[in-house]
Amino acid sequence: MFPLASLAADLEATLTIKDHQFTPSELKVPAGKKVKLLVSNLDSTPEEFESHELNREKLVAGNGKVTIYVGPLAPGKYPFYGEFHDKTARGVIVAE
Amino acid sequence: MFGSAIIVFRESLEAALLIGIIAAATRGLTGRNLWLAIGIGAGLGGALVVAGLTETIAEMAEGAGQELFNAAILGIAVLMLGWHNIWMATHGREMAAQAKSMGHAVKSGQREMSALAILIALAVLREGSETALFLYGLAAGDGSSRVSMLSGGLLGLAAGIGAGWVLYSGLARIPLRHFFTVTSALILFLAAGMAGQMARLLIQGDLIRPLASPLWDSSSLLPMDSFLGNLLHIFAGYEARPSGMQVLFYALTFLVILFGMRWSRPRIPQAT
Repeated sequence: MFPLASLAADLEATLTIKDHQFTPSELKVPAGKKVKLLVSNLDSTPEEFESHELNREKLVAGNGKVTIYVGPLAPGKYPFYGEFHDKTARGVIVAE
Repeated sequence: MFGSAIIVFRESLEAALLIGIIAAATRGLTGRNLWLAIGIGAGLGGALVVAGLTETIAEMAEGAGQELFNAAILGIAVLMLGWHNIWMATHGREMAAQAKSMGHAVKSGQREMSALAILIALAVLREGSETALFLYGLAAGDGSSRVSMLSGGLLGLAAGIGAGWVLYSGLARIPLRHFFTVTSALILFLAAGMAGQMARLLIQGDLIRPLASPLWDSSSLLPMDSFLGNLLHIFAGYEARPSGMQVLFYALTFLVILFGMRWSRPRIPQAT
């Protein structure tokens, strides 16, 4: 419908870390498109966003915010976790 | 406690193994230990500074600061490792044959060692800043488990250093005839793997295109979190789902260093 607009702007999705947990824990993104993932950490302690499936790894400082580009992804599930608190900080990106 | 031990172990392992390989590869160079100590010390100091600046670095370059910073460190490391291997192809044989008596080799060996000290400083800085951040998070966290978590961290650090030491002693046992071949091969794969990581970071920051992503998927065959997958990742840059650009960076680095080593090898008949 708006081909120009879709070319110009990155698709954005937001993840929040609080009490060493990701919200939402399941994040839906469109398949086949590059997505700008904004991760903000509301905890005072640092975290490391990591996903073998997405082939991504990035530090997020305490009370900090980072941008991580992912994809374009084939349809499927891509688990991610926070390396510094991997028991509680878990989630999955669903590309469809 | 074991959770924090494992994390610190993983973070310190890469730097410790690199130091182990470099220490072995520079066996017999004058002043080696001093240069190694300078590199490690400068790296630790730098790690604390970088850990403190994490938020500032992350916000630079429109959010791609962390990626740019680490990619630059990896880029310098790749250059130095490549240079080391090419230098070794020229001088390794004469050093092995005549040890320390050659004035020229000693002088150029000092240049070589100072470059390697920078390399080690950068490796310690990169891995050390993440470890420092993690440990800082523990120290600032809730008090009850703090002591056990911190001692876990120290345990992990000791295990990482131990692994580097084991690698060093293992390499030092290799007969001199094969020694430079083995260390050069290790360094060649390390450098190519770092170039691949550099590409991954630049893609993550949206600074270059991924090309095909992923180019292949071998995660069911050899997952990244398996022991062997992890080991191959550290030593040879193995990736279960690499993008095309990562493979391109890897292959180009590998070939350029390999050809550099071939061409710079002195064309004289072997004495042995």
